[in-house]
Amino acid sequence: MNYLEFEKPLAEIEGKAEELRAMARKTEGMDVEKEAAALDRKAGELLRDLYRNLDPWRKCQVARHPERPHASAYISALFTEYTPLAGDRNFSDDHAVMGGLARFNDQPVVVIGHEKGSDTKTRIHHNFGMARPEGYRKAVRLMDMADRFRLPVITLIDTAGAYPGKGAEERGQSEAIARSTQKCLEIGVPLVSVIIGEGGSGGAVAFAAANRVLMLEHSIYSVISPEGCASILWKDAEKMREAATALRLTAQDLLKLGVIDEIIKEPLGGAQRDVDGVIASVGAAIAAVLKDLDGRKPAELIRDRRQKFLDMGSKGLAA
Amino acid sequence: MNWISNYVRPKINSLFSRREVPENLWTKCPECGTMLFHRELADNLNVCSNCDHHMAITPRERFQALFDGGIFTEVKVPEPIVDPLHFRDQKKYTDRMKATQKATGEKDAMLVAEGQIGRTPIVTAAQDFSFMGGSMGMYVGNAIIAGAERAVKKKAPFVLFSASGGARMQEGILSLMQMPRTTVAVQMLKEARLPYIVVLTHPTTGGVTASYAMLGDVQIAEPNALICFAGPRVIEQTIREKLPEGFQRAEYLLDHGMLDRVTHRKNMRDELITILRMLMRETPAVKADLPSPGKAESTVATAATPPATTAAKA
Ligand SMILES: [Zn+2]
Repeated sequence: MNYLEFEKPLAEIEGKAEELRAMARKTEGMDVEKEAAALDRKAGELLRDLYRNLDPWRKCQVARHPERPHASAYISALFTEYTPLAGDRNFSDDHAVMGGLARFNDQPVVVIGHEKGSDTKTRIHHNFGMARPEGYRKAVRLMDMADRFRLPVITLIDTAGAYPGKGAEERGQSEAIARSTQKCLEIGVPLVSVIIGEGGSGGAVAFAAANRVLMLEHSIYSVISPEGCASILWKDAEKMREAATALRLTAQDLLKLGVIDEIIKEPLGGAQRDVDGVIASVGAAIAAVLKDLDGRKPAELIRDRRQKFLDMGSKGLAA
Repeated sequence: MNWISNYVRPKINSLFSRREVPENLWTKCPECGTMLFHRELADNLNVCSNCDHHMAITPRERFQALFDGGIFTEVKVPEPIVDPLHFRDQKKYTDRMKATQKATGEKDAMLVAEGQIGRTPIVTAAQDFSFMGGSMGMYVGNAIIAGAERAVKKKAPFVLFSASGGARMQEGILSLMQMPRTTVAVQMLKEARLPYIVVLTHPTTGGVTASYAMLGDVQIAEPNALICFAGPRVIEQTIREKLPEGFQRAEYLLDHGMLDRVTHRKNMRDELITILRMLMRETPAVKADLPSPGKAESTVATAATPPATTAAKA
């Protein structure tokens, strides 16, 4: 288990319980279960307290937790016959974006997601989930295919942002993002997005101009990282806690603002504490949305999606 | 057509030394250091007569030079909810807004207008870099949507002049949502088969570049304009190497296939007329018989005339 900074007191209690039990395993006749169980209860209470009112900055840390399940985990658990399709037919294949054909509850779909990687090797392979233009262009190609063959599109959003690199800029990062957003708004099939971790700025919105945008309870979705915002507006990168609060980047605030449609509950202590559980919840939420959108005509799906974005923000937080 | 009036430039550099320069009458070119007399600079559309550096120009100044006779009508922009996130950094967002509105005389960072250029009806929007760095929030989104809707209604092309540091952080996620919102506006034009021309001016960055500013049928930039998604400093910090000369500048993007043209501001109006009339399948423009721009006041009745507008009085 990887503990976050604010979970340190929890780490101590859980560590003690674990140590007691380890000692008992080695020492014959030693019974620690009563004490260990008391520690477990204490840990449980602390966990509930910590997560009952996670402040926005703590949510950022949970959203970026290294053990939080990433797109590949959702794809392998929720989809069958996943057939990755590669490349933008122009320059290369971007491993920060995975996608292809798959079946969701037997229904053929196109699934696209940012993949961050889960250890040093895979993180480098996936460029930490930060896409280059080729990633967005691959997504455009896949969405086009979905549109032609009338397959719903599911996108899994988890990126700190588009990659700020020299080649990415030279090959038209902005244009690639703009075209991807445009494609989202153009396709005549259901488009469902789930923000499973970080929804970082334009790099996230490029896959999230959807009919329905769902968000995990402790995910974040923001125009800029709290660190970036702090260094620009507070002229002090250490003010990220203040910036995270001011930006209203939590699922709870975004639901109030009408930017997202639904919050998917996470296991107590965050998605990383019950990976199977959270993946099942996300699967159920996607299934419900697809069922709801089933049978709608292409023109209707396009019109509703556009109207949703045109209307967005008209109410502010007061809504 | 020489639509910049024939004006005899004062020999400013020999007449004055820098110390004797009266306040506000003279502007120092940030590129070459030449002192430029305000009237000459305005007639030159804020382009340095010595080194051709394109300085910022307000939407009003641009429109006065762009439209036939300098005459245009503002397109009303629906006002968004004020301070939707109740945002506060070191200052309250509402206080920052009030101060900027007072300083610029404008409501927000974009002005939308309609009128004729070379007898071609157009709707146009220009972003105002002097208003919080031209940052894109709800108002800018509303402005682009209003402009596109007006263009569709009038069956006129839409010309957009971009200038922006990117998203307006004080509007948080709602600023990010302007990327899909403005893309919907572009879709309206596309479906109505109306030309959408983007003129990228210095600087156009971030979420603005990654949405409506990169989706034009024709993409034109002013010389040396910085056009990027991530800024050069961010990239240098990420890749830890020095970027090549001219990186992310208009000419660099042209070389890399990201733009159609790089056009000097003094030629922009003629070029827009030429392109728009072809796309609208109109006859070639007779450019010579038009009233010279810059003489008439605009027909704007609503907003206060900002103090910066000097072009019309020159
Ligand atoms: Zn100069």
